[in-house]
Amino acid sequence: MHTKTLAELAQALQTKTISSVELTQHYLARIKKYDAQLNSFITVTGDAALNSAALADKQRAENNAGPLTGIPIAQKDIFCTDGTKTSCGSKMLDNFIAPYDATVIQKFNQAGTVMLGKTNMDEFAMGSSNENSFYGPVANPWDLTCVPGGSSGGSTAAIAAGLAPGATGTDTGGSIRQPAALCGISGLKPTYGRVSRYGMVAFASSLDQGGPLAKSAEDLALLLNVMAGFDPRDSTSVNQAVPDYTQTLNQSVEGLRIGLPKEYFTADLNPQMAQLIENAIKVYEKLGAKIQQINLPHTALSAPAYYVIAPAECSSNLARYDGVRYGYRCANPKDLEDMYKRTRTEGFGSEVKRRIMIGTYALSAGYFDAYYLKAQKIRRLICNDFATAFKSVDVILSPSTPTPAFKKGEKANDPISMYLSDIYTIATNLAGLPALSIPAGFVQHLPVGLQLIGNFFAEDLLLNVAHQYQQVTNWHRVMPEAYQS
Amino acid sequence: MSLTPDEVKKIAHLARINVIEEDILPYAKQLSRILAFIEQMNTVDTATIEPLAHPLDLAQPLRSDRITETDLRSKFQKIAPEVEAGLYLVPKVIDEA
Repeated sequence: MHTKTLAELAQALQTKTISSVELTQHYLARIKKYDAQLNSFITVTGDAALNSAALADKQRAENNAGPLTGIPIAQKDIFCTDGTKTSCGSKMLDNFIAPYDATVIQKFNQAGTVMLGKTNMDEFAMGSSNENSFYGPVANPWDLTCVPGGSSGGSTAAIAAGLAPGATGTDTGGSIRQPAALCGISGLKPTYGRVSRYGMVAFASSLDQGGPLAKSAEDLALLLNVMAGFDPRDSTSVNQAVPDYTQTLNQSVEGLRIGLPKEYFTADLNPQMAQLIENAIKVYEKLGAKIQQINLPHTALSAPAYYVIAPAECSSNLARYDGVRYGYRCANPKDLEDMYKRTRTEGFGSEVKRRIMIGTYALSAGYFDAYYLKAQKIRRLICNDFATAFKSVDVILSPSTPTPAFKKGEKANDPISMYLSDIYTIATNLAGLPALSIPAGFVQHLPVGLQLIGNFFAEDLLLNVAHQYQQVTNWHRVMPEAYQS
Repeated sequence: MSLTPDEVKKIAHLARINVIEEDILPYAKQLSRILAFIEQMNTVDTATIEPLAHPLDLAQPLRSDRITETDLRSKFQKIAPEVEAGLYLVPKVIDEA
């Protein structure tokens, strides 16, 4: 069952060749068997899952089911779930039982999906390796000594190992696409404003965007159909109709104009990976797409601008963790200031504190113009680069990451080298554009991701272009050997 | 831009985070390295560029001023560190004098 895509499982539920209870039991058993070595879940909600599965089966028996009724999925532990711990990978929220559901969770509940549990992640989504979790690092199912990427590494490892057919993630600088690439699965970061951020623990509010993770582009389309849409409770949510993303998957890519940004194919890129991306380009040429070189001249400035904007917004967002209303509070505070300081010092991990410090500095009196305002101007230039590019191409193709999965511990003490593992993904967050990563082969035994970037609200086109690739390649169906049976 | 130990202490205080004495210097070095990385931004002249806060340059949506939320105080206070008679408790702020 776990070798099937989410779309195939949905089909099996529809034709009643399998029940949701059987499917849910199967995934829960796999989590029990394998997750001790992967650590991809923070919380497994087995009993609640079986109850929802039974309800889903009943709805299906009454012919009252939607396309995903009864499908088990995992939720990143950044989405608030009423009555279930929502830790965001932090000691600060280790005791936080969310008092309400995030809009994304509500939408999945309405669609009748079954929540298997909450997945591990870098603390407050800050990280590219999942080593920053209070609950310990996640292992990459392709090589347990390697990181799965981050921050949605729990979700991507769980899917890669067949512990869930689909999951949610969030992407502030690459946190869906980079771990999807490193774990050999598909992941989509939608246009900023496409998916509600209500109830999604905030990191950098002008960049954060939730999105789906699964084996195939078709699976992503099914999940995005549930997640996307206007939400009056999120003031940055965009009021624009949501198409059925599965309807356009089969369109031909004949004549599609694909741009290759020169700045994404440099010496930073692992040469064997460059070859795999070259192969993918040939696949698209064969399908009738037209390839052309483009320039995104301010690419090199995206990481520096990002590491001002994201920490600045994080320092402001995380000011709410003061030990007063919820979450961790230090023991025996001697006065209010001591309570604030020790609560935050003991409750946050080192990378979170580092980013709060950088952000606090960048926003402090006398430095605002030199850092935050400057970064917002760079952001405009990066946005303009893409706007110019999309005058001559329909989608932009690049590698998702500069290297395959790296070893645990390899970059843990070098923040800047860790930050650079997101160099190909960050610019799209700054520009608010949608982008996805799909598997495109292996370097030695480690998966490599191909990134496709689209114009605003072009999720339908991106999923179509990715699906067409997956119709003629098999990379998205390859599972790590240890988890196949 | 290189941060001095005093600046690190000041930033830590602004952020309400304690940094123990022996961590001040390593922190100063690490944050300075990150700032040097960030300052690559200065390689481009942005004097005439408008800052961008929201990628879609949208206006804030407005809604009518009606009560839409129900009272969930007791539910919210169930997860609070310390409450009494419906109030959140914190260490005493005002001295009795």
